[in-house]
Amino acid sequence: MDFNLNEDQRAFISTARQFSKQELAPNAAGWDKEHYFPKDVIQRAGELGFCGLYAPEKAGGLGLSRLDSSLIFEQLAMGCTTTTAMMTIHNMATWMVATWATEQIKQQWCDELISGQKLASYCLTEPGSGSDAASLSTTAVKQGETYILNGSKVFISGAGETELLVVMARTGEAGPKGISAFAVPADIEGVIYGKAEEKMGWHAQPTRQITFENVAIPVANLLGQEGQGFTMAMKGLDGGRINIATCSIGTAQQALNTAVGYMQERKQFGKPLAAFQALQFKIADMTTELVAARQLTRMAAFKLDNNDVDATSYCAMAKRFATDVGFTVCNEALQIHGGYGYIQEYPLERYVRDVRVHQILEGTNEIMRLIIGRRALTEMAGELL
Amino acid sequence: MKILVAIKRVVDFNVKVRVKADESAVDLANCKMSINPFCEIAVEEALRIKEQGKADEVVVVTIGPAAAQEQLRSALALGADRGIHVQTDDNLDSLHVAKVLQQVVNSESPQLVILGKQAIDSDNNQTGQMLAALCGWSQGTFASEVVFEGDKLQVTREVDGGLQTLALSLPAVVTSDLRLNEPRYATLPNIMKAKRKPIDVIEIESLGLSLESKVKTLKVSAPAVRQAGVKVADVDELINKLRNEAKVIS
Ligand SMILES: Cc1cc2nc3c(=O)[nH]c(=O)nc-3n(C[C@H](O)[C@H](O)[C@H](O)COP(=O)(O)OP(=O)(O)OC[C@H]3O[C@@H](n4cnc5c(N)ncnc54)[C@H](O)[C@@H]3O)c2cc1C
Repeated sequence: MDFNLNEDQRAFISTARQFSKQELAPNAAGWDKEHYFPKDVIQRAGELGFCGLYAPEKAGGLGLSRLDSSLIFEQLAMGCTTTTAMMTIHNMATWMVATWATEQIKQQWCDELISGQKLASYCLTEPGSGSDAASLSTTAVKQGETYILNGSKVFISGAGETELLVVMARTGEAGPKGISAFAVPADIEGVIYGKAEEKMGWHAQPTRQITFENVAIPVANLLGQEGQGFTMAMKGLDGGRINIATCSIGTAQQALNTAVGYMQERKQFGKPLAAFQALQFKIADMTTELVAARQLTRMAAFKLDNNDVDATSYCAMAKRFATDVGFTVCNEALQIHGGYGYIQEYPLERYVRDVRVHQILEGTNEIMRLIIGRRALTEMAGELL
Repeated sequence: MKILVAIKRVVDFNVKVRVKADESAVDLANCKMSINPFCEIAVEEALRIKEQGKADEVVVVTIGPAAAQEQLRSALALGADRGIHVQTDDNLDSLHVAKVLQQVVNSESPQLVILGKQAIDSDNNQTGQMLAALCGWSQGTFASEVVFEGDKLQVTREVDGGLQTLALSLPAVVTSDLRLNEPRYATLPNIMKAKRKPIDVIEIESLGLSLESKVKTLKVSAPAVRQAGVKVADVDELINKLRNEAKVIS
């Protein structure tokens, strides 16, 4: 077992860190304030390879491991949480298309998705089906050579700005086995977008409702086989959860660094804050928990890379733990800044607003516990996990 | 035309360095190491010249410990074609670095050698000049612009009084200043491709040079800690302090 980064990983990190420091960090506050979606910057990130990190090489992706991808996303998230989160969702949707789409669709879409010239959204959640995703009610009815899509999706990240939608819809029986996945061009007739939701954080990317009204899509746009859609959506989310965990870790590390810097500078009672043991202990705990969260996340990525039978449980544990720790660390870093932490001139309140949603999306942390608990309560679980 | 670029592994410019307790050197334990920023600019310039069709090969060379291969790989990831690693664990004087590079120049026969104007660790600013002298080549140091004009190389130099433009005949040595260009990012696919590019390793002893150091480091110490400032009541007091305490005006 070797916990050190290899030479490639250090080189990936170095490029990601440079990009994060130069292109993301200086703009993140402005994008947040203006509610600006920096598509141009994501496209530039795509030129460096960040938009098709783990898409298979056969389809033109970089074919990197989830572990390598996590190392890269962590650096990016230190610069801008929201933009990085959007890139991770795009990577997840792109991976699904590059893995399961028909040759025709791969030909048509993969190059531009992987280079980031076009972006993809992941459409699972519906107004009536969130945590209970398998109960979704959007339908896709086969009519000759097309499927006709009807229904609506809610809270879709990037919607209105992305070019391709990966949509989970019902083609058969109730429950998970009746669900199929489709690659749906975002601008075809019958795809209707709601207004951008007004959110607590994640201001640098739009979240919208999407309604499908008799949207006709060719059968070639079906991913894999009918009935496999829910399995694919969940496989996508295993990686997505590592990515979201990573976005929390990167942001929390940045918050911690900022707090440590502030503690050396700010003086009260004639001493720098760093001289107060109560705050030293706080920093010690934040550091310890952040390192633990990072290691658990990397371990989950490793399990996923190696097709471990318990990969899903590990991804759930990593997502639950890292997004909770990430929120606590950002919140404590804000506390260390006193009143200044609450003021927008400092980045802390943005970090707190941005990482909060990581505890909710791609499966709430309660649903993560459901997954973990189910596994942990099987016989012999203690010997397997 | 072939371009040779010399690069050095140095402590990363973001690292806040500390001096070792015995004041013998800077403590490099656990420090992040990178390509010297001026050398990275030199690599970028060579790549741009190649992309303009004015050169067909960019070779990077470094002199340093085994770990310096990481910096060669970084340069290859930026787009250099192959690398040469002259391996040594010793800290060489500038003149010895120049002599080693001269040997590499002799075997590679480049028309142009680009170096950083100085390395940010020791800030010597000597190697490029010495290499040009040893080779008997023209030199353009502190370059902020490099343009081909017919068979001449026009080098704009940042000198104390402003800008000076020289026309150099090739072969030549150029050293890069900060404003010559902004280096590109290494793309992830290029980082992966760089693994397959060749690096020749040369043991420094095989060059047959006598490399006994003529320079002795007596002591390395940290800069004095900045004292807290004082507030002055009025302009008169300021002038008085500048004249009598700081002695910067008379
Ligand atoms: C900013 C943002 C972006 C998003 N982006 C996307 C996207 O791109 N694509 C997409 O498909 N979705 C997206 N989502 C949706 C997100 O995944 C869902 O909000 C999430 O899965 C929760 O679903 P829900 O909101 O319907 O909550 P509900 O499922 O209604 O849950 C409400 C509460 O009940 C808890 N709960 C539910 N069931 C149980 C149970 N069995 N046991 C214990 N507790 C339970 C939940 O944990 C939660 O706390 C996004 C959401 C947000 C806020």
